[in-house]
Amino acid sequence: MTTATHRSAEEIGRTPAGPRPLPELGVTREVPLPDVADTTLPNGLRVLVARRASVPMVELRLRVPFADPAPGSGHPAIAELLSETLLTGTATRDRVGIDDELATVGADLGASVDPERLLVHGSGLAEGLPVILSVLADLLTGATHPDHEVARERERLVERIAVARAQPRTIAREALQRVRFGDHPITAEMPTAEAVTAVTAEQVRATHAASLVPRGSTLTLVGDVDPAAATAAVERALGGWTSPATALELAAPPYPAPGDLVLVHRPGSVQSQLRLSGPAVPRDDPAYAALQLANLVFGGYFSSRWMENVREDKGYTYGAHSGPEFIPGGAVLGVDTDVASDVTAAALLETRYELGRLSAVPPTAAEIEAARSYAVGSLLISLDNQGGLASTIAGLSAVGLGLDWVREHPARLHAVTVDEVAAAALRFFAPSGFTGVVVGDADVIGPGVRALGGIAG
Amino acid sequence: MLHRTTLANGLRVLLVPDPATPVVGVAVHVDVGFRSEPEGRTGFAHLFEHLMFQGSESLEKLAHFRHVQGSGGVFNGSTHQDYTDYFEVLPAAALERALFLEADRLRAPKLTEENLRNQVDVVKEEIRLNVLNRPYGGFPWILLPPVLYDTFPNAHNGYGDFSELEQASLDDAAAFFDTYYAPSNAQVTVAGFLDVDETLRLVEKHFGDIPARPTPVRPSFAEPVPGAERRRSVPDAHAPLPALAMGFRLPDPATDLDGYLAHMLLASVLGEGEAARLQRRLVHADGLVTDISAAAGLMGSLDARDPDTFTVTAVHPGAVDPDRVITAVDEELDKLAAQGPGADELSRQVARWSAGAHQENDRVMYRMLGLGARELLYGRAEITDELPGRLAAVTPAAVSAAAASLRGAGRGVLLVEPGKGENA
Repeated sequence: MTTATHRSAEEIGRTPAGPRPLPELGVTREVPLPDVADTTLPNGLRVLVARRASVPMVELRLRVPFADPAPGSGHPAIAELLSETLLTGTATRDRVGIDDELATVGADLGASVDPERLLVHGSGLAEGLPVILSVLADLLTGATHPDHEVARERERLVERIAVARAQPRTIAREALQRVRFGDHPITAEMPTAEAVTAVTAEQVRATHAASLVPRGSTLTLVGDVDPAAATAAVERALGGWTSPATALELAAPPYPAPGDLVLVHRPGSVQSQLRLSGPAVPRDDPAYAALQLANLVFGGYFSSRWMENVREDKGYTYGAHSGPEFIPGGAVLGVDTDVASDVTAAALLETRYELGRLSAVPPTAAEIEAARSYAVGSLLISLDNQGGLASTIAGLSAVGLGLDWVREHPARLHAVTVDEVAAAALRFFAPSGFTGVVVGDADVIGPGVRALGGIAG
Repeated sequence: MLHRTTLANGLRVLLVPDPATPVVGVAVHVDVGFRSEPEGRTGFAHLFEHLMFQGSESLEKLAHFRHVQGSGGVFNGSTHQDYTDYFEVLPAAALERALFLEADRLRAPKLTEENLRNQVDVVKEEIRLNVLNRPYGGFPWILLPPVLYDTFPNAHNGYGDFSELEQASLDDAAAFFDTYYAPSNAQVTVAGFLDVDETLRLVEKHFGDIPARPTPVRPSFAEPVPGAERRRSVPDAHAPLPALAMGFRLPDPATDLDGYLAHMLLASVLGEGEAARLQRRLVHADGLVTDISAAAGLMGSLDARDPDTFTVTAVHPGAVDPDRVITAVDEELDKLAAQGPGADELSRQVARWSAGAHQENDRVMYRMLGLGARELLYGRAEITDELPGRLAAVTPAAVSAAAASLRGAGRGVLLVEPGKGENA
């Protein structure tokens, strides 16, 4: 279509020399992970600081456990508005003043909240750390959540929620959370418009005072900083943030029980969301490394059985992914793909087939070796920047683990046997252990998926 | 810091050693994007990108993915207006293997009818996922160009029309490869933990015997800047709120880089952070929009040759007339054209750009892709490292002139109307 004369596809795929051998792997340089200075301040705030001087920046994560203290009293909507207005005013700075001061040192801070925690996250030039900490301290101890800001953010939040709930992935996520966890507070990921509209600025300020507290919270800093000096700077800046209360951890939800997949009708949908889920184990469980490898072989990376089947062989989907999601007290396994409406039943059939096959025909030594290399290598890559390291340290500390878990994990992965992976496959991937949802146009996909059985609705 | 060479077959090579990381990345940038695909074959450049993962002379289907991931690495590819990239990031031990994998498919990809049909299906699922089955799909990158541009290369949908994807043939793929994937139309970038001399040797070993082919003539995609406003409405059955996009033409970064950089900073002054002009005015003071943003470059800044697009995009409540939003944006542009930003206002945005540049440099993948794209597009990877300094030298008067140039030219305005018609 572009040149008058060109080689045929067959000619292009052949050279006189013929196929060539794959080069062997060389040696990877060891770069030790940094030590983490771990200090608990008198106000109860835990401070974790690691030096990674790759670029002159510092990454910041403040995790405050933020569970609903009294389910039914409107906490999820209040928490959303608290997060949206945390950076909009203090006694000495307004919304613009806060942003201007951070920008002066190339910094950005943002807040987000979910049923487990409130997170203040950001980064800035390392030399600007005192400025960043001074703004952060002002927000934590002096945010006023001004009436007019709460009123405006209330309107915007209602609009944003409408947009989010039009996304098929949000519809599927909310349906899955209800199927997995019933009415446990972990399901309250996005409030209703009505709940948001009912929130007052007084409620936001009261929740800030009662729940946004240092004891039980963790501040993580990673970057071109001296850990001792940075810890001292945090203590100076945040020492005045005090409360007699302890930040509230979310109670562990019940593990999802196996059951029929719930069919959720989305009229006019041209694709369907398959979301299957079952119990898993957290990172400190002796079976975790075997679970991780079994999951990779099933659907945890591109070179997995499920992906190679439903995408590269059948062309049913752009992507199929499985993996553990950590929840308070444990973990659940998610099996997610989006497929065209007309192949939804076929894709569900293949998904159940691959789940069954993983337990009945367990991963081979070669499959496990590839998964092991990927698990070790991708961990190395994910930690090779300040932001990735900061998020990892913060995430591990939330479940009582430290960087030693990461340092020791390659050895744990190498120690896993073929039999242990087979046991994990049987325990976690048997199709009888799953529940979940199918979201799509039920008028189009309903007859096909119901015919396979195990469908409710 | 940057090491360059060109092989006898015309393949350009850029090496970027970083002794501090245990990771290495290999990227191949090919000088063809969706602007070059022929009429009647919309989406072909992207479809062809998928085909390049489907096997090559030494690698069966699925082998590429398995070798990258089985070596501990991650991979991807992407199709832009003017280039297509293929890359992997792996533990440094896998450097030669990555070079082998990239060379094998640049030399002799295995293009088969079965894989073509399979990947047409996969691409259609990608388009359903990202465009057809969700609100604001393709907004603004697919929907805005046909309003602002007249010629096929600039105006058409780079994801492609389903019927045209289905018509794509194996012979189309062979012609596209032979024409555009000549070694002299491509560039290899290696970044991360590497020894320069050894890596040059390995690049020569694996890529050196790809036979030279003619370098395709790169056409100009230039077209006149519209003299007036063009406006178009599109329905979006999934969207709960209206949205709008204003598209303007950017200066050519190859001939007026400082003018382009002034537009980058104009976008920041307008839309970046809570103190930005459009946030303060439209989101907070007037309450006209839910969210608003501004950007220089349809798919990122310094990511395409001329022509490229400056965008302002907003989602707004149905009760707000879109002309009120557009008028308010125009007034803010007029203010900046008349007075320019404050020196402090500008230096704060430059500080955020510099911090962003540091973060990009901290990840081998982003650093490699940024350097590789700028080397391919403008012949100067150095632009990446010079950016903080050059942005710092942009004056308020230059940003003011950028705002004035947007106000002085025609533009495209796209209105997304919710809940009407069939989205698919």
